[in-house]
Amino acid sequence: MANITFITSNKEKIVLEGDSGNVMQLAVNNGVQGIDGDCGGVCSCATCHVFVAEKDIDKVGKASDIEVDMLELADDANEFSRLCCQIEITDAIDGVELTVAK
Amino acid sequence: MSQNTTCVIIGASHAGVNLAFALRKEGWEGSIIIFDKDSKLPYHRPPLSKKYLELEDSIQNNLLKPEESYTKDNIDLQLGVSVVSINTEERFVQLDNNSVQHYDKLVFATGARAFIPPIKGIQQAKHVFTLRNANDVDGIRKALHTSKTKKVVVIGGGYIGLETAASLKKLSADVTVLEREDRILARVTTTYLSKFFDELHRANGVSIFTNKNVTEITNTNHVICNDGSAYEADIIIVGVGIRVHTELAESIGLKLENGIHVNTKTETSQKDIYAIGDCTYHYNGIYDRFVRLESVQNAVDQAKVAAKNICGKEIIYETLPWFWSDQYDIKLQIVGLADGHDDKVVRVEEDKKFSIWYFKGKQLLAVDSINNAKSYVLGTKYIKTKAEIDKIKLADPASDLKSIVVINQNEIN
Ligand SMILES: Cc1cc2nc3c(=O)[nH]c(=O)nc-3n(C[C@H](O)[C@H](O)[C@H](O)COP(=O)(O)OP(=O)(O)OC[C@H]3O[C@@H](n4cnc5c(N)ncnc54)[C@H](O)[C@@H]3O)c2cc1C
Ligand code: FES
Repeated sequence: MANITFITSNKEKIVLEGDSGNVMQLAVNNGVQGIDGDCGGVCSCATCHVFVAEKDIDKVGKASDIEVDMLELADDANEFSRLCCQIEITDAIDGVELTVAK
Repeated sequence: MSQNTTCVIIGASHAGVNLAFALRKEGWEGSIIIFDKDSKLPYHRPPLSKKYLELEDSIQNNLLKPEESYTKDNIDLQLGVSVVSINTEERFVQLDNNSVQHYDKLVFATGARAFIPPIKGIQQAKHVFTLRNANDVDGIRKALHTSKTKKVVVIGGGYIGLETAASLKKLSADVTVLEREDRILARVTTTYLSKFFDELHRANGVSIFTNKNVTEITNTNHVICNDGSAYEADIIIVGVGIRVHTELAESIGLKLENGIHVNTKTETSQKDIYAIGDCTYHYNGIYDRFVRLESVQNAVDQAKVAAKNICGKEIIYETLPWFWSDQYDIKLQIVGLADGHDDKVVRVEEDKKFSIWYFKGKQLLAVDSINNAKSYVLGTKYIKTKAEIDKIKLADPASDLKSIVVINQNEIN
């Protein structure tokens, strides 16, 4: 089980608890603004872009090769960017903070 | 816009559902009512032939939106209800439960159904499935569980047929694909990619036969082709394309042409009636022609454009089409429309990692990428910026994809 904090573009803070699946699903299921997940979570659409808080990047891990490539579609991507459909929810990511890209 | 206006959406799938939520985002204060004859909560369709089938996944894991979202955004989602006719004079839709619903704005998001070709015996044959809805897949899974031989014949080697073949193979089925043309994917891609997928499926143990026009399914469940060949099947999957739902549109006299004709604002030929998604025949400004697309991208992007226009913010639909398909460990990503190309460059990075770039003269039209998101992404950028590309460098995998641009013209997006 993990508590995950989402910060949306209107600075709203949403804390959600998840125990399985991926972070995109958790966000969509709870209506987090800005995470669309149009491709259903197969790393094809880049509509689930988040910035991982610097303190949490080791916990969450860096983007995989395909994510890094897909993230080039977003103008504002940086080294903390992830496509959150590619982040599995496990105990290891408890307490992380993710800022939803615009 | 007042609270008393009502927007009725026919079809609650990628297009209709995205429209409903986009309307709220754009400030629509009136009622939003969506009807769909499917009684399941709206779900993602692409996984149906992929992980939903293969992993025996649940619809709950594949919902477009959770149930509460509809309540939260005050969207009246009416499932298991068909719209059977429309009265445009008095502005109401007639439902199959005998009630009627008034509308001020009406949207067709009616998509398409799987086409069932007129094959002798197909109506009587056992275990014949199409693959468009979750119910179809549930039926396939059930049939597979009870089948002793697990012999499956897939009629049609398009994306859906091939994805289904790959998923069934992982479920240990014995899969045969019968294709009418002389190569699989003939309708949608070039020979190079067809050959790649043909070899991929064969290597994974799928039998593929081309030039097979299926003429009959016998009462012993043999699939018979025009050349006399016969294939035994416990389960038959028909994946030969779709037919757009246009009957309702036709009944009220909307302009039809390979689907429901819409302008760049997603408006049909009649005032206050819009159409979005797979059912539309629409203009694409980037390619300067009318197209009908079957993709999530088109459904979602047209929904956003329709929402703005319905809310009175004029905006036109001009997006670059993209699409994906997942089979085994292969991810195909396509950006752009390759039709009309007169030149192509294949760039091979390594085994099972390459891209095909389609050109008309100097203009880049489209890129197909296999396990190669970088080509897909840079291709997207180059098409959007109308970049002129050095084709010799492009063909050489040793040269960096970012160094292949000769001239970068104006941004068009
Ligand atoms: C198996 C499969 C795999 C796919 N894979 C991909 C992929 O990998 N990538 C991709 O981009 N696209 C893929 N697609 C295509 C994608 O799913 C479609 O483009 C998308 O679903 C189109 O959405 P839509 O809302 O326009 O139409 P549809 O999804 O067809 O929905 C139309 C809805 O309208 C309802 N309806 C119609 N008439 C009425 C009526 N009179 N009354 C009430 N309800 C009505 C129908 O029940 C249906 O639910 C796939 C499709 C399938 C079937
Ligand atoms: S949901 Fe499409 S890339 Fe993450």
